[in-house]
Amino acid sequence: MSVPATRAASAENALLSVEHLSIRFGGLVAVDDVSFTATDRQITAIIGPNGAGKTTVFNCLTGFYKPTMGRLALRHPSKGEFLLERMEGFHIAQTAGVARTFQNIRLFPAMSVLENLIVAQHNMLMRASGYTVLGLFGSKVYREAEKEAVDLALYWLDRIGLTNRADDAAGNLAYGAQRRLEIARAMCTRPVMLCLDEPAAGLNPRESGELTRLLMAIRDEERIGVLLIEHHMDVVMGISDHVVVLDYGKKISDGSPQAVRDDPAVIRAYLGEEEDEDLPPEVARDIGEERS
Amino acid sequence: MGYLLQQLINGITLGMIYGLIAIGYTMVYGIIGMINFAHGELFMIAAFISIISFLVLGLAGIGWVPVALLIVLAATMLLTSVYGWALERVAYRPLRHSPRLAALITAIGMSIFLQNYVQLLQGARIKPLQPVISGGFQFFTDGKFTVTLSYLQILIAVLTVALMLVFTWVINRTALGRSQRACQQDLKMASLVGVNVDRTISLTFVIGASLASVAGLMFLLLYGVIDFFIGFLAGIKAFTAAVLGGIGSIPGAMLGGLLIGLIEALWSAYFTVEYKDVAAFSILVLVLVFRPTGLLGKPDIEKV
Amino acid sequence: MTSARASSATSPRSPLDFPSALRESGVVALVTFGLAFALVGFRAEDVPGGLDIRFRFDEVMAVTAVGFIGRFAWILLRQGRAFPVAVTALPFGAAMVAALLGPLYAPAAKLERFVVFGDLVVNWLLAIFALGFGGRAAWLIWHEASSITPEAREERMDRIGAAIQQASRYVGPLLLGLALALPFMPFADRRLLDIAILVLTYVMLGWGLNIVVGLAGLLDLGYVAFYAVGAYSYALLALHFDLGFWTCLPFAGIMAAFAGILLGFPVLRLRGDYLAIVTLGFGEMVRIILLNWYKFTKGPDGLSGIPRPTFFGLPMTANPPEGTQSFHQFFGLEYSSVDRIIFLYFLILALAMITNLFTLRIRKLPVGRAWEALREDEIACRSLGINPRNTKLTAFAIGAMFGGFGGAFFATRQGFISPESFTFIESAIILSIVVLGGMGSQIGVVFAAILLIGLPEFFRELQQYRMLAFGAAMVTIMVWRPRGLLAHREPTIRLEDARLKSASADSGGQPP
Ligand SMILES: Nc1ncnc2c1ncn2[C@@H]1O[C@H](COP(=O)(O)OP(=O)(O)OP(=O)(O)O)[C@@H](O)[C@H]1O
Ligand SMILES: [Mg+2]
Repeated sequence: MSVPATRAASAENALLSVEHLSIRFGGLVAVDDVSFTATDRQITAIIGPNGAGKTTVFNCLTGFYKPTMGRLALRHPSKGEFLLERMEGFHIAQTAGVARTFQNIRLFPAMSVLENLIVAQHNMLMRASGYTVLGLFGSKVYREAEKEAVDLALYWLDRIGLTNRADDAAGNLAYGAQRRLEIARAMCTRPVMLCLDEPAAGLNPRESGELTRLLMAIRDEERIGVLLIEHHMDVVMGISDHVVVLDYGKKISDGSPQAVRDDPAVIRAYLGEEEDEDLPPEVARDIGEERS
Repeated sequence: MGYLLQQLINGITLGMIYGLIAIGYTMVYGIIGMINFAHGELFMIAAFISIISFLVLGLAGIGWVPVALLIVLAATMLLTSVYGWALERVAYRPLRHSPRLAALITAIGMSIFLQNYVQLLQGARIKPLQPVISGGFQFFTDGKFTVTLSYLQILIAVLTVALMLVFTWVINRTALGRSQRACQQDLKMASLVGVNVDRTISLTFVIGASLASVAGLMFLLLYGVIDFFIGFLAGIKAFTAAVLGGIGSIPGAMLGGLLIGLIEALWSAYFTVEYKDVAAFSILVLVLVFRPTGLLGKPDIEKV
Repeated sequence: MTSARASSATSPRSPLDFPSALRESGVVALVTFGLAFALVGFRAEDVPGGLDIRFRFDEVMAVTAVGFIGRFAWILLRQGRAFPVAVTALPFGAAMVAALLGPLYAPAAKLERFVVFGDLVVNWLLAIFALGFGGRAAWLIWHEASSITPEAREERMDRIGAAIQQASRYVGPLLLGLALALPFMPFADRRLLDIAILVLTYVMLGWGLNIVVGLAGLLDLGYVAFYAVGAYSYALLALHFDLGFWTCLPFAGIMAAFAGILLGFPVLRLRGDYLAIVTLGFGEMVRIILLNWYKFTKGPDGLSGIPRPTFFGLPMTANPPEGTQSFHQFFGLEYSSVDRIIFLYFLILALAMITNLFTLRIRKLPVGRAWEALREDEIACRSLGINPRNTKLTAFAIGAMFGGFGGAFFATRQGFISPESFTFIESAIILSIVVLGGMGSQIGVVFAAILLIGLPEFFRELQQYRMLAFGAAMVTIMVWRPRGLLAHREPTIRLEDARLKSASADSGGQPP
């Protein structure tokens, strides 16, 4: 259950290592020479003020943007190393096993909750259906694969507590449920790394607590790496094992939650922001102590 | 050399007509994000109103060309605008918050309706008109070929440029233009800050229709024959022009129109007339493959 | 809301805002006048040596008056004042009908002097319109009801749509049974069968296009190109290589699918309306090529003598070639020309059913789900590892394939094809069937095809008004119900099915 807190994220055993990542949009350098690593069975948080370039890092990792420079190496536990900057977006999710959620939720709103989870297993099912040909004739291989897919979907449906909404259109769910569904959908791709873009945004305290538990369970039970962008500092400080701080595209701090919290550079970056909720008050410290 | 020059002149003349229609497409698209498929029919209706106006003037004995032209132009612009306004009111306004495909279907339905409406009222036969303006400059001869710039072509160019100037002034300098640009950026926000969205959209249709009506009149003068079906092809060409130039961009629409006109003229001159439309569409596909949002369109950033 | 009768009996609760009602009606009348002035008021007539002009100002005035009165009546109805509408519209409509029927039954009375317009159909329309208005008003008075709100109506239609969709398990077979029995009904004459074949052709094309537009969400305005490719593939193969319909049918489908991929490649990156114009252009290009490649396609002359399909090798002709047997001889029947029609009817019914079953099945397969997901959100699809390019291409190819089958059928049924049959308007009609039926709804396509194709066919006599009514119907239906007649999406898998599939109940733990 517990992960050794001492386990350091060194480059050798890193699941993901980002080296000198830069991306430029016209004159704007949105991400400027950022390097960090993320390890499996750990939650790595990326924080920073609005517009710091966090989502852009995700977009580079998942192939939506091509970085101007840099190396993004993902060490897949069974398939070897992938250089993500050279791969097409869908290919990254398909073979390298990187799944993500979006800052503005992107579900398939007209499809049912259950269908959302089954679509996520497209590649596995596609192979099993003999690229549709065998599936049309209802071959046994496909039926078995479908059963497996349905099992996984039902499992996650149960985990996020949406079994009783399974047949409803995803677009009709409440906001918090949509967020959870998006995470479950990403998990249904059987990723080795899960990238979550502000999963707690817009959640009430109770939902936020549930989310925290879900994320810790994913880390500890599924044994995958989690990259987390989040503005809620209590969430970040509570559950992350390692925090990377960006400001204006540059990395300004990197380390354990405690270390980052006390880093003067971080405090300076956030003080300019006047977002009083952001820098952890006692609450966050409490949760942090509870965890360690 | 002379032949090429002549084709360029012809192509530009034709291109201006396409450009004027294309502006209507691009403006409507910019504001409410729909293809006004019936826009080509407004052009056709304008051509019919023009020919009727000429005939009526002929009966009334007003034969002096400048006056006749002015009256016809005014009548056509006015009456076609009514069609543009009614079109939006009847077919598009009720669907403003509906799926976009619904509006496309009503647009196609309206296009079918208007074609058959004109056919029913005015007959299916082609309508010829005696040349109203003839003659021109023969300003260039290279041995075997004489390049002519007809008075009509000059008139078309002058009229187009004048309209573009007025139009640019309206968009950039007037309250209407400001509301229009606001609606183009964000319809909901514009209505929240007090822009009268309904009125702005109505006026957009009216402006689009009046530009198309000028194009219809020019087409009538240039070719001298019209029928109820001319709106379809001209509409498609103009829409192609709008897409080529980058839909939503007004200078793009003119540029696209000129390009399509030139492609057609040159292709017909040097290759086969039959395949001129194939050439225009192929170039469109080629441009879109390399610039998916057209020549002057804003690149479509995929906000993730 | 209050009842109309109460309002006319007791004193009205809010006085009718007379000036504003008049103003509104006046605006409508003005616009009607503007619309009618040039195109209705004058008619450019061909005379030897040019054009002449004919005046019809009385009609302009009539149209304007109708606009004014109609709008005023509408305002009255909207405000629950049905009584005055009923007492004027009903007698007026009745009088119109009398005047229109007068010349038939009592020519001496010269009643036709009193009709409003010169055109018979327009007069009838006006009469029907007046009666409709009056009838509605009378109904409101009778039921003491006021008209329901658009939202309530939309909701009611949604429920009907959902009910029909859910009942499609029964409605589908029922319709199929009816379709199977149709040729043997006593009223099924040749004309009806011809119409039924036409409707079924469009049903099939609608189902084919539904894959591209309804499921994958790719707006295709050039579907007719694939129909044309199928038709010409069959015709050319049959004419040049002397092959039969059944041999060529798969080829026609494959050629069309190939054309689909050919179109698909360059347009994959395009979205929405850019895609629409390129597909439209593609359709036009195919038509222009067919029109001008004379050596190959005979251009505008078209291809004739396309062989008819055979029934397991038995031709459906009266006099088969030497040494072969025809259908009626083999079965010892009297030759009847309607047999061939019935055969064609069953052929297209079978093709349509194949399309339908295929679509129903593929919706539940990973590609089908990926199509729908792609329609909903392409970016999310990419983040899940779905290859958008291949997924779109399969949608284009499969949709095109069914278009190709449809085309081959069209060619064999007509025996003659020319580029004229493959104009943009066909694409528009097929797309309208898909959208009007309710995007993605299989049953909706059937209803829309019957409504748009079948119904007008019965009014062939009113040829010149047919397309006019067609366009007007498209607009009216869409405005009335923007999401389509039977818009309702049924999930491809429900929780019960999922539980059944997941046979062992104890597998709720950690997944493999
Ligand atoms: N496709 C793009 N084109 C141009 N600029 C972009 C693009 N994507 C992002 N940017 C810019 O890059 C900068 C970083 O944006 P990003 O979305 O990564 O910030 P963020 O850290 O996720 O902020 P937030 O907390 O608000 O989500 C911003 O200035 C943004 O405007
Ligand atoms: Mg962000």
